[in-house]
Amino acid sequence: MSTPLRRIQRAIDQPWILGVSGVLVVLLAWQLIASSGVVDRLFLPSPAAVWAAGSAQAHEGILLKDALASIGRVIGGFALSAIVALPLGIAMGSSRVICQLLEPLLGLIRYMPAPAFIPLLIIYFGLGELPKILLIFIGTLFFNTLMIMDAVKFVPTELIETARTLGGRSGQILLQVVAPCIAPQVLDAYRINMAAAWNLVIVAELVAANEGLGKRISLAQRFLRTDEIFVGLIVIGLIGLAIDLGFRFVMKRSCAWAN
Amino acid sequence: MHLSVCGISKWFGHGSTAKLVLDNISFDLHSGEFVALVGSSGSGKSTMMRLVAGLERPSSGEVLVDGKPVRGPGHDRGMVFQKYSLYPWMSAAANVAFGMRLQGLAAREVKERTAYFLEVVGLADAARRLPRELSGGMQQRVAIARALAADPKVLLLDEPFGALDLQIRESMQEFLHDLWRRTGLTALLITHDLEEALLLAQRVHIMAPRPGRLVQTVEADLDRSDLAHLRVTPRFLELREELARSLRQLDAAASAPAS
Repeated sequence: MSTPLRRIQRAIDQPWILGVSGVLVVLLAWQLIASSGVVDRLFLPSPAAVWAAGSAQAHEGILLKDALASIGRVIGGFALSAIVALPLGIAMGSSRVICQLLEPLLGLIRYMPAPAFIPLLIIYFGLGELPKILLIFIGTLFFNTLMIMDAVKFVPTELIETARTLGGRSGQILLQVVAPCIAPQVLDAYRINMAAAWNLVIVAELVAANEGLGKRISLAQRFLRTDEIFVGLIVIGLIGLAIDLGFRFVMKRSCAWAN
Repeated sequence: MHLSVCGISKWFGHGSTAKLVLDNISFDLHSGEFVALVGSSGSGKSTMMRLVAGLERPSSGEVLVDGKPVRGPGHDRGMVFQKYSLYPWMSAAANVAFGMRLQGLAAREVKERTAYFLEVVGLADAARRLPRELSGGMQQRVAIARALAADPKVLLLDEPFGALDLQIRESMQEFLHDLWRRTGLTALLITHDLEEALLLAQRVHIMAPRPGRLVQTVEADLDRSDLAHLRVTPRFLELREELARSLRQLDAAASAPAS
């Protein structure tokens, strides 16, 4: 194989290079289509226009305010869901009775789309922060719980029985065997379901909110500001990606044994 | 120490589908003895071991340790499973220390005993390695060190080398024999490998399948000063062949249709 080809081969072996190339190709295509004039600027603003709209929002401080509002709701609702799901999932995973009691119920509620709860939440709790946080809670609780339950069910019996023959009591086994054993899967469940939380906050803000990235998008739609819609979409994507990478980082650091 | 298995029977299932897996089994084990239970699959030998460990309860009969009936698992009966029983997130040393930590030993004592038992199994250099960084044979030696460190009166070995390659099996058999001679431990070994049983145990109980029962006991008083040599002595081979024949007959009888 010749040297340049080999160099390309080596570059492709770096996983991030392909990922970045994918993004660049889409950006380039976007730029080409926008500058060719085939599509009305109203529908497809150029990357430069989107960048300008974004910097204007950042300059006015709206962008940060919106992002913080959305992030705050996600953290509030998801933290609540994570905290409730952990003991619930462990209980369901370790007790046949609790599992058989709750699994059909959870399976049923899981198929009710969370956004369908919005009208009810608005009737109960008005238009403040509480219904938005509860929407995220409802929308992620069942997935978190069922995934944690599965993780507990897959803890190898030998690990638990070994602890028992070493003189371990059930509390010790829960904290020193089950908990560390399921930690990687729990973090992964949180990482995956975080994406759902992030979807739901935007949905909630589209319906009713004073600030937030979803609210900004729906305002932009009202004034036909497609560039601002693009800004919102891109920022939402970037924050989601950052959260995902954050979870991966924590997992890599704290659960090195599972890699 | 005196371990006494008194008239143990075990049924699985209820009513008309109930199946007798162990039929009225009795045997004894005294301090310093190495006893093996040999049988083909379906002879209920693993169930027998789980009953001694206290992980299962007998349908009738009792297991007594120094006259006291076994009511559940305890660190006086250390168990080594066939595989996958090391805690993958703990280093070799932490695995060995685990039982002592569960029992609440002082940190200094835990540290000293951990170092001692890693030394005993010849793995002092591997103290900080994770289980996945150890070979199968090394993992089983850590599991044996962990069981010994919890200070059991009797060591229960459930096919401890069943998942290892042939060469490693032989060296592990020599390791275990050497360990038994040096430390004077008391051990109950379960295996389907006649050679392994005869090499290591002074007394070998043969179990017949469906339902599992003891049919023959062999006192194997052999000169074990050189195991590699013992494997090929005529007396050893003869004994092995004789037992193999009776095992084959038992299997044939069990699989023949009842008339």
